[in-house]
Amino acid sequence: MTDHTLEAQGLTLAYDKRVISEDLSTHVPVGSFTAIIGPNACGKSTLLRAFARLLSPRAGRVVLDGRDIASRGAKELARELGLLPQTSLAPDGIRVADLVARGRFPHQRVFDRWSPDDEAAVLRAMTATDVLDLSGRLVDELSGGQRQRVWVAMALAQETPVLLLDEPTTFLDIAHQIEVLELFRSINLEDGRTLVAVLHDLNQAARYASHIIAMRSGSIVAAGAPADVITPEIVEDVFSVPCRVIDDPESRTPLVIPLVRR
Amino acid sequence: MSLDLGRPVAVWRPRTGASHRVDRRALVVCAVLVSVLLVLGCVSLAVGTYHLSLGEVVAALTGGGDRRAHTLVVEWRLPRLLFAIGCGIALAIAGAVFQSLTRNPLGSPDVIGLDAGSYTGAVVVTLIIGSTRYADIALGSLVGGLLTAALVYVLAYRRGAQGFRLIIVGIAVAAMLASFNSYLLMRVDPQTALIVASWGAGSLASLGYAQLVPFAVALVVLLPLLVLVASPLAQLELGDDAARAHGLRAERVRLGAVLLGVAFSSIVTAAAGPIAFVALVAPQIAHRLLRAPGPSLVTSALTGAVLLTAADVVAQQIAVSTGLVTVTLGGLYFIWLLIREYRRS
Repeated sequence: MTDHTLEAQGLTLAYDKRVISEDLSTHVPVGSFTAIIGPNACGKSTLLRAFARLLSPRAGRVVLDGRDIASRGAKELARELGLLPQTSLAPDGIRVADLVARGRFPHQRVFDRWSPDDEAAVLRAMTATDVLDLSGRLVDELSGGQRQRVWVAMALAQETPVLLLDEPTTFLDIAHQIEVLELFRSINLEDGRTLVAVLHDLNQAARYASHIIAMRSGSIVAAGAPADVITPEIVEDVFSVPCRVIDDPESRTPLVIPLVRR
Repeated sequence: MSLDLGRPVAVWRPRTGASHRVDRRALVVCAVLVSVLLVLGCVSLAVGTYHLSLGEVVAALTGGGDRRAHTLVVEWRLPRLLFAIGCGIALAIAGAVFQSLTRNPLGSPDVIGLDAGSYTGAVVVTLIIGSTRYADIALGSLVGGLLTAALVYVLAYRRGAQGFRLIIVGIAVAAMLASFNSYLLMRVDPQTALIVASWGAGSLASLGYAQLVPFAVALVVLLPLLVLVASPLAQLELGDDAARAHGLRAERVRLGAVLLGVAFSSIVTAAAGPIAFVALVAPQIAHRLLRAPGPSLVTSALTGAVLLTAADVVAQQIAVSTGLVTVTLGGLYFIWLLIREYRRS
């Protein structure tokens, strides 16, 4: 896949009258697995929504490959920029393969709805997420972890070079969290897709991401490699949690240990 | 390697640049519905005050037979049958579109006040403007339906009009319009009130070719437009965020679908008066027959045609209006649906 740059330039983001971020600028390194971290309501999902063009900035712009995304056609953009929303709704009675196939929408035209390309992309996505065996099952009958893998497969079937993930591990138990994060890592490394994920768990972000953006009350406090961002000073500054940061013996990435309050 | 979709599917790729998945179950269901419709159609043409044999009906349709049978079948009963089929199709599509939009089996145009609005339009034209001409009443009902849709849409709008709010607001608007309709009827002399009230009962009995032609033209114009909203509507059922991430302009699709749904339901009210419950019931029956997600417009349309034709045959037999039959049958379904939704939640 070609190099895709995603940048926020001087964004002011707001819902109605409530301003979330002002004059925010940052960039997502090409081919990175970028994690956006920060306390609740710090504006990390808002930033992701702006990247996905679900929220139009009041000022500033989001630039993909040197072009403002606001100037792109809806379907054209959807072939380059994918999103796994925080919550999606499964239509009543839909089956797994059918749901994954919905991810092909931006590649389809009114009279061209199921080309060999579509079928191949759906098969690839389902293979990568290991849901081929569930193919004919009803989505309603799946477990939480299986369902999340199916949603990821739908986002993968869209075959976009950049994929945005809004809290993809929330509502999953630890086993499924690891499973999904491992999946993202392999998508990132093997397919060379750029991933941007809003994550809650600092240690998971440090372990799986290659680039971390730390936010607090709508502003970016630090951005860079996990080792540069996950430090006691920055973590305390961002989350107000005094901590030690040690070397994760398993992955050699920073590991946050909150201090005991006496 | 091919994909297991959990049900038999045929892939149709007639030439490069066009490709479709065709659900085999849907093909079978549609074939059965068409057969049932054909049988019902023959029954509808044969029975009445004068019963005819199937042979006489076929002879009359193909230009043979005696003069009396020809008059009965071709001039009197055929337009009524065609109306039943056309209205059934239009109502079912309106229902399927709105139920898909609201993601709720209760979200059909008769429940959310569009029928009441169309009827108000007709009543206003008759009583206030003072015209009893068919074209004027039809136009009034169309405008009434559109205005009501606009009102419901605006009242339910808060960063996009969402499904359940649309239904609640719609039910409230429907109730207000119903009392407004009664108020208008109380103010006028009994003679005029009777004309308007008979329109309000929803009847196909008095309709002939003169009314069929404009209705059929409207239907033929509207049907191809469905191609544009069918798959975006199915995509919208994933939720706004996912749909928009797939390159769909959610609000534009919703507005287009609302306009189209209102148009389908209004042309029926314009022609025959409000015929309730076909829009509510047909898409749900189609959904259960198909066991597939999405608005399934074709199957819904055929189901609607079968339902309304059957209701009209019954209405013909016991000499009541078609609307009365659908209200009675649909009312029972509505109660069942409410109980089921209540138990679920």
